[in-house]
Amino acid sequence: MPSTGASASAPIPTPRPSEAGGGRREDLPAELARRGPGTLDDVILGIDTSLGTSVAVTDSDGVVRAESSSDNPLGHAEAIGSLLTTALTDAARGPIGQTGAGEPVVLTHVAAGMGPGPFTGLRVGIAAARAFALGRGLPVIAVPSHDAAALAVFLGRALADPFGDVPRFAVVTDARRREFAFSVYDGIDDDGIPVRVEGPLLTPRDRIDDELAALDAERRDVTSIPASMIATLAARAAAAGRTLAGPEPLYLRAPDVTLPAARKRVGV
Amino acid sequence: MAATEPLVLGIETSCDETGIGIVRGRTLLSNTIASSMDEHARYGGVVPEVAARAHLEALQPAIEAAVAEAGIGLDDLDAVAVTSGPGLAGALMVGVGAAKALAVSLDKPLYAVNHLVGHIAADILAGDEVEYPTVALLVSGGHTSLLLVRDLVSDVELLGETVDDAAGEAFDKIARILGLPYPGGPEIDRAAATGDPTAIRFPRGLSRASDMAEHRYDFSFSGLKTAVARWIEQAEAAGTPIDTADVAASFREAVVDVLVTKALDACDRFGVPRLLLGGGVIANRRLREVALARAAEAGVAVRIPPLSLCTDNGAMIAALAAQLMATGHAPSTLAFGADSTLPVTEIQVAGVTA
Ligand SMILES: [Zn+2]
Repeated sequence: MPSTGASASAPIPTPRPSEAGGGRREDLPAELARRGPGTLDDVILGIDTSLGTSVAVTDSDGVVRAESSSDNPLGHAEAIGSLLTTALTDAARGPIGQTGAGEPVVLTHVAAGMGPGPFTGLRVGIAAARAFALGRGLPVIAVPSHDAAALAVFLGRALADPFGDVPRFAVVTDARRREFAFSVYDGIDDDGIPVRVEGPLLTPRDRIDDELAALDAERRDVTSIPASMIATLAARAAAAGRTLAGPEPLYLRAPDVTLPAARKRVGV
Repeated sequence: MAATEPLVLGIETSCDETGIGIVRGRTLLSNTIASSMDEHARYGGVVPEVAARAHLEALQPAIEAAVAEAGIGLDDLDAVAVTSGPGLAGALMVGVGAAKALAVSLDKPLYAVNHLVGHIAADILAGDEVEYPTVALLVSGGHTSLLLVRDLVSDVELLGETVDDAAGEAFDKIARILGLPYPGGPEIDRAAATGDPTAIRFPRGLSRASDMAEHRYDFSFSGLKTAVARWIEQAEAAGTPIDTADVAASFREAVVDVLVTKALDACDRFGVPRLLLGGGVIANRRLREVALARAAEAGVAVRIPPLSLCTDNGAMIAALAAQLMATGHAPSTLAFGADSTLPVTEIQVAGVTA
């Protein structure tokens, strides 16, 4: 399979809530054919707080059952509980577009966006993902948040033009302190996982364009990470038996500390 | 049964200890603590970002260890409890995020509570009947507060608190001036063992007659810190050898004296013959000795919970929530965050008023 763009076996565009209609797996024969047995019933809770706060429930084939987000770059701890409740309640109603009472979803995995992102907010989502998983006895799948943003780029492109290529690009996010975090992607692999060729790295804001020019990557500024992409990517990683990130958040910076100064004179 | 003896898991991440406690009513089932203190040692004080990173790492294993020790399943819980504040914002948020997700995951009620009132609640896990009202003196690296507790779940009044450093911070800073390692409390204690507490008369902060109107129950340790530093500089300038033991003992005496004097003054003034001590600095042997001796003279009964319940821990948070439940308080909504300056009068956060 080519390393860029979407081909017949490339990932199926994930329907966004507005596009989902009543369809579910029936609409996705290619994806079904690609999946081995045993992964079809996966239902994944995705959580990302690397930029805003986003919670989603998706099926392993990428169908979004529910997505509940706040773009506020602050207030993660305030928002996370209600967003979880909303997403689970919505997901219980069944695939988006279906009506009726439904029943609580039986989740199989929890996926956590590991950043990069401002630390205090980022940790809220990871802590929530781990605690939620512990409560239900589920495994946690760690997903680099930029990879999820990249997947959104590929899927958006596939929807617009199934045979078009996506040129090498960089996901660029705010890292505060006059810096950006970026990761460069070049195509998507056979498992439907974006191929990260560089990053995540930090760079001063005024140097980002030079840096990306040198890497021959088109700049794509991202201000929110959809948790549905975190969950979809986690499903693909699980199906392929791959690990996308370690247990450590992608902090990219050592903790800020001020070492104690030598004893200050107070004046005799 | 659940009404009076609820099974509660408490999460505490306000400073450098990741505390997970499990209680059934007033019975302690687990007090699991993962401390990042060693990681802060080389910085000479708690570094908020280091603490927050350590909380995230420690949380899941600590919950698993606590559940195993308590011999329960998470499904058995009647509620989850968490510290909403006061404390370090980034550290608190880790606990708040985890607690909300755990409560939603288990579909259990959540109680968001006040850390300082949690310190008072620790006492009910000690096993005997606790009487109110009581004066409570809470002393740690993060806080120095004098409280009047008329009722644990409904009436806690702040009488006074430090206007600058916490007492534990003062110990850390003086230890550094004396070239002793972090944390300063036990180091100062050790150095002071052979010293003369009356060798140097260091100032007692906010203890002058002119302070009594505004700051009768407040504390200040920055002047004391400056006085110790100046004393050492003067000795160095004069070429006199510095007796570290005497300096340590005299400094410690100044801290202990002002803490105990103000606490007993509060007992006297409010007619409350009970004093509860809490917070990590209670580990200081001299503080306990002086408090017990002078309280006995004043006819005040002193309560000191076991040290493992005095330092920051999740069991006290669970205990407070269990008492809130037993007295019919509704759970918190999910709409709260970390509040680094949460006033002590807010015993429960985001509670629904019945
Ligand atoms: Zn404390």
